[in-house]
Amino acid sequence: MPVFDLSITPLRELNGALHGLGPGTNDTAFEVINPRGHHAVAVGIDSPVTVEVRGSVGYYCAGMNDGGTVTIHGSAGPGVAENMMSGTVIIEGDASQYAGATGRGGLLVIKGNAASRCGISMKGIDIVVHGSIGHMSAFMGQSGHLVVCGDAGEALGDSLYEAKLFVRGSVKSLGTDCVEKQMRPKHLKKLAELLEKAGVTDAKPEEFRRYGSARKLYNFHIDNADAY
Amino acid sequence: MSYHNPQTPPRKSATFDDHTLAEIRRAAATGIYDIRGGGTKRKVPHFDDLLFLGASISRYPLEGYREKCETSVVLGTRFAKKPIELKIPITIAGMSFGALSGNAKEALGRGATLAGTSTTTGDGGMTDEERGHSEKLVYQYLPSRYGMNPKDLCRADAIEIVVGQGAKPGGGGMLLGQKISDRVAEMRTLPKGIDQRSACRHPDWTGPDDLEIKILELREITDWEKPIYVKVGGARPYYDTALAVKAGADVVVLDGMQGGTAATQDVFIEHVGMPTLACIRPAVQALQDLGLHRKVQLVISGGIRSGADVAKALALGADAVSIGTAALVAIGDNDPKWEEEYRQLGTTAGAYDDWHEGKDPAGITTQDPELAARLDPVLAGRRLANYLKVMTLEAQTIARACGKNRLHNLEPEDLCALTMEAAAMAQVPLAGTSWYPGKGGF
Repeated sequence: MPVFDLSITPLRELNGALHGLGPGTNDTAFEVINPRGHHAVAVGIDSPVTVEVRGSVGYYCAGMNDGGTVTIHGSAGPGVAENMMSGTVIIEGDASQYAGATGRGGLLVIKGNAASRCGISMKGIDIVVHGSIGHMSAFMGQSGHLVVCGDAGEALGDSLYEAKLFVRGSVKSLGTDCVEKQMRPKHLKKLAELLEKAGVTDAKPEEFRRYGSARKLYNFHIDNADAY
Repeated sequence: MSYHNPQTPPRKSATFDDHTLAEIRRAAATGIYDIRGGGTKRKVPHFDDLLFLGASISRYPLEGYREKCETSVVLGTRFAKKPIELKIPITIAGMSFGALSGNAKEALGRGATLAGTSTTTGDGGMTDEERGHSEKLVYQYLPSRYGMNPKDLCRADAIEIVVGQGAKPGGGGMLLGQKISDRVAEMRTLPKGIDQRSACRHPDWTGPDDLEIKILELREITDWEKPIYVKVGGARPYYDTALAVKAGADVVVLDGMQGGTAATQDVFIEHVGMPTLACIRPAVQALQDLGLHRKVQLVISGGIRSGADVAKALALGADAVSIGTAALVAIGDNDPKWEEEYRQLGTTAGAYDDWHEGKDPAGITTQDPELAARLDPVLAGRRLANYLKVMTLEAQTIARACGKNRLHNLEPEDLCALTMEAAAMAQVPLAGTSWYPGKGGF
């Protein structure tokens, strides 16, 4: 397994090694040690490799991941797994703001807590947070699922499109055009599937509440202007 | 004897003119502000307020059609492994598939390629047709991130991080539901038919320090091959340019308030931002102060219409210009041949700006298949290429008259200003004087 020690190896060598790996490559597993808060660690992965990051990272770790499995054995800075296309990103610790921003696919698992704007503008990604999330999460979320086993901060799901939100704990407040919705069997089934994938063993789907778009702001009407 | 107040001719208010009165009535009747496309329609100081001095005893001209006048420019020489080499310093600005029809985007790609320059995607992702017909394609990285994906990022020739645009610095966009067709909806991951909002700021970074890290990420994803542009609206050109450079930009794109938009509130277009003319010198000064003029390239846009405008922008220190509205006109936008249909829409050729409604008779700003089919992308591409070549010839004509064998050798000393405002903004002398406002010695 190739090991990249970022205390002595330039970031470029790591990311360069992760790009353009052909289907027959033997290099399918990588390890990163001493990340020391480096930004842009393991970005632009375009094949089903696994990357174990031993420590905490800065901004945009696993950005635009497309097929890789990246595990961060520490905490992640802002924008972890931003615009992920497919694959899996697991954070053993906490995640800073914008986790999973604009993600279009794949699964992001945060085993600790996530800060503000988790899943902002999400476009198909599934995000499971074992802990709690901060304010303005799933802002303008278009598609995908955000599962929160703990609590959610203020203005959850503000200006939401079609992303589906599940929260087990309390929600400090809902954002504009976000409402609680009935949990139907298909939602419970999907939730169970996501919890299992994310390794959540101490929470049952029935303990969650579902939130989604009221769809009142989908087409502009002057009488809704007060909503802003 | 009673006093008789004599009848006076009717006098309309300059403050409450016909347009203002109509807008008050329209707002009262509809309860919504006016949304439209295009850039500012008010008259602002512009390149028309500058003149070239031409050659005289102190400098000699070059012979037109005989002596060469170089037009090429390379963008992205600072950090990118693969800078963009353009034959002409006129590029096509970012306009989205969604705002424009597929045929229009194809036409822009074809025209730019024929003329040896680049075109740019927009807020809606990259289409295969656009990539296929554009030899050099700049991929916009926008706040909405609609359609953003690493594969397109890697097949682009450059990346343009859009912070703002001249028509609406600090504002997002709106694509009304009637233009969200099945394909547009799929590309943007949105339900069909809804009003789609484009965010006004990026979801995962704020401020110049974050931007530096974002640029690092994009460079790492693309293996440091692609030039990275940063596009800003004309608001604080000195500091925005300096901060973009500090963040690591290869190219700064600066868009003045005459620059167009697909759809924004009229009040935003007309009242926010600065004229293009006022933006250039502060931006150039920032580059000079950093010792990076001509090393970080400056692209100017917003109201560029002719080779004279190109020459003036370059003389003031730009490395290239970008055109949007003019390119649309070249391929057929607002063409008088559709006058009857413009009238049915309550407007007239030359004034049609309801681009967001998707009813464009010219088939350009629409997703209606029947209207879009009116635009022949091959013919329209040819028209754009012709126009780009004429602009280039015009700029060369002026440059030769100023004794320059390269467009980029034009300089502020070749210019004078017709008005005090233009003299102050462009920092070139008022015609017949050696002085401009802000310069000592008055």
